[in-house]
Amino acid sequence: MRSRIATLIWKEFEELRQSPRLFGLLIVAPILQLTMLGYAATTDIRNVPIVVVDGDRSQLSRRLIEQFDASTHFDIVAEEMAPSGVDEHLEHGRAWLALVVPAGFQKAIERGGPASQTEVQILADGTDANSSGVALAYAGGLVSSFTAALAAERGERPGVIDGRVRVWFNPELVSKDFMVPGVLALLLLVITANLSSMAIVRERELGTLEQLNVTPLSRGELILGKLLPYGLVGFVDVLLVVTVAVLWFEVPLRGSLVTLLAGSLTYLLCTLGLGLFVSTISSTQQQAMMTTTFFFLVPMIYLSGFIFPIENMPTPIQWMTTLIPLRYFLIIVRGVFLKGVGFDVLWPQFAALGGWGLTVVALAALRSRKRA
Amino acid sequence: MSGLWAVALKELRQIRRDRRSLLILLFIPCFFLFLYGYALNFDIRHVPLAVEDRDLTEESRALVAAFVRSTYFDQVASIDRPEDMAALLDTGRARAVLVIPSDFSQRIRQGGVAEVQVVLDGENANSATTVLGYANAVLADASLRLGGQIRTPIVSAAPRIWYNPELRSTLFLVPGLIAYLATVMAVVSTALSIVREKESGTIEQIRMAPISTLTFVVGKTLPYLVLSQVSAFLVILAAMALFGLPMRGDWFTLGLVVALFLVGALGTGLLVSTIAPSQQVAFQASMLIAFLPTLMLSGFIFPIASMPLALQYVTTIVPAKYFLIGLRGVVLKGLGAGDLLGPMAAMGAFAVVVLALSAARLARR
Repeated sequence: MRSRIATLIWKEFEELRQSPRLFGLLIVAPILQLTMLGYAATTDIRNVPIVVVDGDRSQLSRRLIEQFDASTHFDIVAEEMAPSGVDEHLEHGRAWLALVVPAGFQKAIERGGPASQTEVQILADGTDANSSGVALAYAGGLVSSFTAALAAERGERPGVIDGRVRVWFNPELVSKDFMVPGVLALLLLVITANLSSMAIVRERELGTLEQLNVTPLSRGELILGKLLPYGLVGFVDVLLVVTVAVLWFEVPLRGSLVTLLAGSLTYLLCTLGLGLFVSTISSTQQQAMMTTTFFFLVPMIYLSGFIFPIENMPTPIQWMTTLIPLRYFLIIVRGVFLKGVGFDVLWPQFAALGGWGLTVVALAALRSRKRA
Repeated sequence: MSGLWAVALKELRQIRRDRRSLLILLFIPCFFLFLYGYALNFDIRHVPLAVEDRDLTEESRALVAAFVRSTYFDQVASIDRPEDMAALLDTGRARAVLVIPSDFSQRIRQGGVAEVQVVLDGENANSATTVLGYANAVLADASLRLGGQIRTPIVSAAPRIWYNPELRSTLFLVPGLIAYLATVMAVVSTALSIVREKESGTIEQIRMAPISTLTFVVGKTLPYLVLSQVSAFLVILAAMALFGLPMRGDWFTLGLVVALFLVGALGTGLLVSTIAPSQQVAFQASMLIAFLPTLMLSGFIFPIASMPLALQYVTTIVPAKYFLIGLRGVVLKGLGAGDLLGPMAAMGAFAVVVLALSAARLARR
């Protein structure tokens, strides 16, 4: 029996080797995606283009504007004489934020004046709601610290609380440390599920499934022989991505590599099983690819917490996400990489993944037996 | 001309026969829009907060109340022993911890400054940045309230937000989803339709038929152009009905923007199909050159201004970037065709380049 499976595995590898472009994609795609995601997938707010209107032209107004200029979050791209000049910049997206300092600003601060003159206006383009919200918070923070600095210079107590915020696991709040481990989970899913979804349907399309059916190969052997080669490809991808993540992107690997690899294997069972299952319910390769991508991959990517936090989703959808294996694997990879936690904390996720994988492989085996 | 219709009709018949693919092309985008538009947002509220109050006085309780009242934080646990904090953060049961020292109220009453600690789970750097902003705002506000007034006039910031005053991330994400779905439809369907002919060998028959390369290409893509245009408008209408996406500009400009983008996307699909020998490769390649850039480099989710400079240059050849500028410009800002000449020219140029490249590759065979 072992030699029969070995022959099948060998045949799958031969087929992979004969399609050099596909083979290239399996190696090139992960690296390219990792680079793109590692560098592009950042919601850090830096260099927000901002236009300023200094209606006061005083020492204090300049000092406030300089604070914006000095901040890494903002980039002053233009200066306008009147508030009406701002529209043009926001409309065309050349600036996201506008800072308007009213006339009489310095006088009102030094001698006391109406609140309307100590109020600086911040106009924001709300089209990109997320970035604008964060940028507004930064702008508000700069203005508050400006007040506090003024008060301190006059020997007043600026406030009673000194808030010290400490961030754990990722103290500098670097997006890539969060995204890059996630890419590992994403890539494995995309590559292995897509590949294995072709496994049986291709034989059916080419008519070679009949030939396989008349060999003494059992269903279990067929499934296993199809799973193993792609599993190996997936495992090579894991090692590749982990190496690049640690050496190139310098993502800290705080937990144990063994936990990570064990998690990856359990997860591979799910992704390969899923592909096989799709393979058994599709009649053409196109159907298999579209089904995998649209009904499984894309929903999983969006709803797993890869980019969008699950906590923000409506409750019924949060329940739905418990059916997504990617969700559990993301907790495992990010937990191992950033928090350095081990099996003692992550065992529920391992259990969920294992259960999911076994179920889907069993389903695939059942379906393929019916067709035989 | 008759050859063109013959090719287009043949393609339509083939599309109709494959019910599942047709369904995916037409209605799945709407379904996904519904699911994702509803599910996805960056509006962070109700961050689970654990409180370690070592002071237990009126002042310390006022500070805790300020956190809860902000609606950004929900108190999920009280910590009695300092060592419990790690477990709460490790398991993710709490995403933020507020630690109030035992001399908190005493220091304030004596006219000093009391130190308060907030610990955040930074694992998700993106949402943690937002939470950090909330925490600082709550602390700054409480600091002024607990301390009584200071005499220096306070410089305050009065924010006004244009186009999307409530900063609903839905209004920002939905146009991105439309771009994403349109790319998927257009690129994949064209890429696969020609490779399929290659794989089944029918492309040889077509080659012998008395039609030019151009007729073949246009006839092949025309049905998909119509289908994806219909699909794109279904999605846009659904977004307006379901998520209150406004329509501040005119429909003509919108139609123009969508059509320009789709021609480019179909051209990309065509180009992929001239390179790929099998459906499997075609699919993987479209994922790589169309989906990922649309998702990552278009400004759909991640702001382009924050990317490294080299990558910002790369985004200039991503058509979805211009499509998003156009789409958001028309529906949210009410811009007309005159304001969007730049993005439209870019999309047009992209379409011309990919179409010319694929025509050249097809003709060479």
